[in-house]
Amino acid sequence: MKLLPPRSPIKGSQEMLLIPCPYCGNRPEIEFAYGGEAHVVRAAAPRTVDDTAWTEFLYFRKNPRGDHAERWRHAYGCGRFFNVKRNTYTDQIEASYRIGETLP
Amino acid sequence: MTQPYRLSTGGRIDRSRTLTFSFDGKHYTGHPGDTLASALLANGVHLVGRSFKYHRPRGILTAGGEEPNALVGVGRDDAHFTPNLRATQVELYDGLTSESQNRSPSLMRDYGAVNDVFWRFFPAGFYYKTFMWPRKAWTKFFEPRIREMAGLGRSPKTADAARYAQRFAHCDVLVVGAGPAGLAAALAAAKTGARVILCDEQSEPGGSLLAEPEAMIDGLAAAEWLKAALVQLAAYPQVKILPRTIAFGYFPHNMIGLAQSLTDHDGEWDDSKPRGRLWQVRAKQVVIAAGAIERPLVFPDNDRPGIMLAEAARIYLERYGVLPGRRALVFTANDVAYRTALALHRAGCAIAGIVDLRPDAGGPLVTAAQKAGLPVFPASTIAGTDGRLRVTGATIKPIAGGSGQHVSCDVLLMSGGFTPSVHLFSQSRGKLVFDSTLDAFLPGAPAEACSVAGSAAGLQSLKEVLDSGAAAGGGAASYQVANAPLAQGGFIGAVPYHGDPGSVRAFLDYQNDVTAKDVVLALREGMRSVEHVKRFTTNGMATDQGKLSNMNALGIMAPVLNKPVPAIGTTTFRMPYTPVPFGYFGGYARGELFEPERRTAIHSWAAAQGAVFEDVSLWKRARYFPRGTEDMRQAVARECRAVRNGVGIFDASTLGKIEVVGPDAAEFLNRMYINAWTKLQPGKLRYGILLREDGFVIDDGVIGRISDTRFHVTTTTGGAARVLTMMEDYLQTEFPELDVWLTSTTEQYAVIAVQGPMAREVVQPLVEGADISAEAMPHMSMVECRIAGVPARLFRVSFTGELGFEINVPADYGRAVWEDLMESGRPYGITPYGTETMHVLRAEKGYIIVGQETDGTVTPDDVGYAGMIGKAKPDFVGKRALARAAFAAQTNRKQLVGLLTDDPAHVLEEGAHIVADPAQPKPMTMLGHVTSSYWSDALGRSIALALLRDGRARTGEQLYVPLENGNARVTVVSSVFYDPEGVRLNG
Repeated sequence: MKLLPPRSPIKGSQEMLLIPCPYCGNRPEIEFAYGGEAHVVRAAAPRTVDDTAWTEFLYFRKNPRGDHAERWRHAYGCGRFFNVKRNTYTDQIEASYRIGETLP
Repeated sequence: MTQPYRLSTGGRIDRSRTLTFSFDGKHYTGHPGDTLASALLANGVHLVGRSFKYHRPRGILTAGGEEPNALVGVGRDDAHFTPNLRATQVELYDGLTSESQNRSPSLMRDYGAVNDVFWRFFPAGFYYKTFMWPRKAWTKFFEPRIREMAGLGRSPKTADAARYAQRFAHCDVLVVGAGPAGLAAALAAAKTGARVILCDEQSEPGGSLLAEPEAMIDGLAAAEWLKAALVQLAAYPQVKILPRTIAFGYFPHNMIGLAQSLTDHDGEWDDSKPRGRLWQVRAKQVVIAAGAIERPLVFPDNDRPGIMLAEAARIYLERYGVLPGRRALVFTANDVAYRTALALHRAGCAIAGIVDLRPDAGGPLVTAAQKAGLPVFPASTIAGTDGRLRVTGATIKPIAGGSGQHVSCDVLLMSGGFTPSVHLFSQSRGKLVFDSTLDAFLPGAPAEACSVAGSAAGLQSLKEVLDSGAAAGGGAASYQVANAPLAQGGFIGAVPYHGDPGSVRAFLDYQNDVTAKDVVLALREGMRSVEHVKRFTTNGMATDQGKLSNMNALGIMAPVLNKPVPAIGTTTFRMPYTPVPFGYFGGYARGELFEPERRTAIHSWAAAQGAVFEDVSLWKRARYFPRGTEDMRQAVARECRAVRNGVGIFDASTLGKIEVVGPDAAEFLNRMYINAWTKLQPGKLRYGILLREDGFVIDDGVIGRISDTRFHVTTTTGGAARVLTMMEDYLQTEFPELDVWLTSTTEQYAVIAVQGPMAREVVQPLVEGADISAEAMPHMSMVECRIAGVPARLFRVSFTGELGFEINVPADYGRAVWEDLMESGRPYGITPYGTETMHVLRAEKGYIIVGQETDGTVTPDDVGYAGMIGKAKPDFVGKRALARAAFAAQTNRKQLVGLLTDDPAHVLEEGAHIVADPAQPKPMTMLGHVTSSYWSDALGRSIALALLRDGRARTGEQLYVPLENGNARVTVVSSVFYDPEGVRLNG
């Protein structure tokens, strides 16, 4: 599922990551919306996918302690979705790359 | 003269001015430069609080932010009142009003002190075990009593009169702490041209140098060097010094939260100035020079007023010109306490003795004390103290055993050595490393771009401290230092005292009243992890977060567990370093500025008509337009009648609107919505349903085809941003091959709904360039034209079941067009109606509201919309999910139905549950719930919509809605109550 939580643009005092948008450069987290795990592929022909695989696609997500590829949207900037490789324990961002590019 | 303990010279206070202040209603005097604590001590006041649990009399223990006892409420009135402030950090101003906490009726006579008499019955964890029976007594009796007895300060009852500012800042180097290490770091960084922010929690920069009369730095007395350093820093335009500023939190990517106090120190006299400012600083490099905190020694009855930390007593003497007492007993495991004894001795305070835990204390300070004739007791301990509201004496015993010796004193000064302040470093997730020679956790490998300098890194000599600061600031200065003391030696744990451990209390955590025995009890009860011991005993869980107690707790645990300290580990340091008032975080976002308020172009007209507004997401929407003395029900009934019988006008501007444009626009909508769009002709409208990928309804709205390549999509009011984001997501990431542009136009159009049998008569005269007759413009069609001279998209659409139009005009013209329509409708009795009437009218027709009839678990079939699905489409969002066998297997899904109560006057509660048999035992089997419920003027009775298990098959069944005042019997009917054939739409 690709729903982003609604976010209010004004209450940003808890947002602290510095996120490198591949289109705009480093911007504070307050400008972005989180988009969940990256590289969850929606099959081109969903009819050909069996129930088990579709259920996996819908509901199963990784929850790693460590490196995680995740989607962000520069919601209050360029509006583009992109991918980020972030360590969920240290919060350090190792890479950001465009949709369609492979995880570096 | 007052201030009997004030020395006539020395310190950084201004004796030329006298300030008056009050504490618990009694008036005292002090001087500019004092803290509340130093001024109270100058007046001989040590007793300032009662402890949290046992209500024991407590005094001022420290001279800084780690203070656990001297918590006070300060403020001239409730609107300027702050509880739980540390008196050691409250700067004195003229007229300061303060009060003690957690005592009744007074500090001297406190009824809660009965807890202290019965202390044996209140060990750690006592209330997990004691207040178990009877069960109800916990909420009704025990908890309220305990909350009353065990507490901190009172909350003010009125709103905070202060306002608060917030600021974002960037710098190359942020230096936390303006003591010698921080100053050296800032100087070195400034020399390289870096943008520097130097913050410090005290009223003036300097840290330990503010109480340093002896040391020489680069040939200057410490105070002179400090002055010169500040002059030098002030000359750099890119250096910002923030006093009274606490670095309370270290967040990822070198974001540091600073809380800067702006007006507290002068009494918050001017409410137009911000009281404080929250800084969110993004630093390329952080230098933590937060210093070290002196540890108490854990010995029996170590908490009486008059018992202080040795370095704190020296600070009161050197910085504030205050003698903490007339006869001091010193208890130490560290050399610097000798320095305190020598300084007090010189200032005229008798030294009753220096009790040193170490057998072999040496070094220049020890020698100097011996030379000055001060009585030193090596390898000795203190076995107990006496005095009720003030310490009056203590018993000294050799550690090896033997008989004790009682000495009298009016202050007892202790030093267990120093604990480096690694809080911020640990918050940054840097690793801590235990140093067994210092008995301290020191900063290890950093996780962020930060370094730690000075005594926060465990350094003990002033030269090392200064040089480490310079290195951290990117410089290579080598300072020349003379006459600086060395703070070597220390002790963690509970000191030996040769007594019955069951009969004494040696306090470990002063603020939470945790004793050494409580920690041992926790271990006996089976706690092993330091985190479990912390929670069982509450050690370190008070507002000081164990700044004084954590290391001693580990020192007590280690021998019992027979493990070295690093193997036990330490608890997690969390923000805030010291408490920060909520107002700092609220900042500007309060009152009217709490959230942006969205108003439509017609808002001002509705307000002038006396409309009652309701909040729908951030929008203000007119709910109804009462006339005269009408209440809501009367107004809504009148508005409903007007729409059903004549004509009504409604502001629908808040509907979300998205312009979908491009050669692939129709294909894009095919993939997003359940409906088929390819064959929809330009000029036609269709009601669209949007699912999530899991097959559940997430939004709906009417979509108009403007041309082959352009659609006007509407969404729910609350869903506008969500739908646009979802569309962008699929367009950018799943269907990037589609040539489509999405633009939010919600704010660009004002939308005016004109609904009712007379709607065409009202709109017609204002239309230019279009034929809106029933033949030329049937239901669910649209046309671009001019209305009241303004370019418009005119939709023939209805959310009421009546003939209706929705007029989209540029928002700036919204109110003008609205007023023209009102004028045009006057002969037909046009009636403005609000969202409440809109809800009733649509419910009479069984039209759903997404978010009311749906809750994120409702499929199109559940609400009877399966027929809208474009069957020939290979794919749309949610299609594959709906085809899963899991759905097909559910034969008992909740479906949308209507309910009619036996009593036509009974309007059911929305959210009420439906059961087959109200006499069944609880918990009952629920069949569904009421989603919408209204009085229907058109039907002359109540109506309700509900989601009901296998609902459509139950039509005609009688079921029950159990409510507080009895069971309502209902009959299941169709969800369309009014005009089921839909003929009125075609008027």
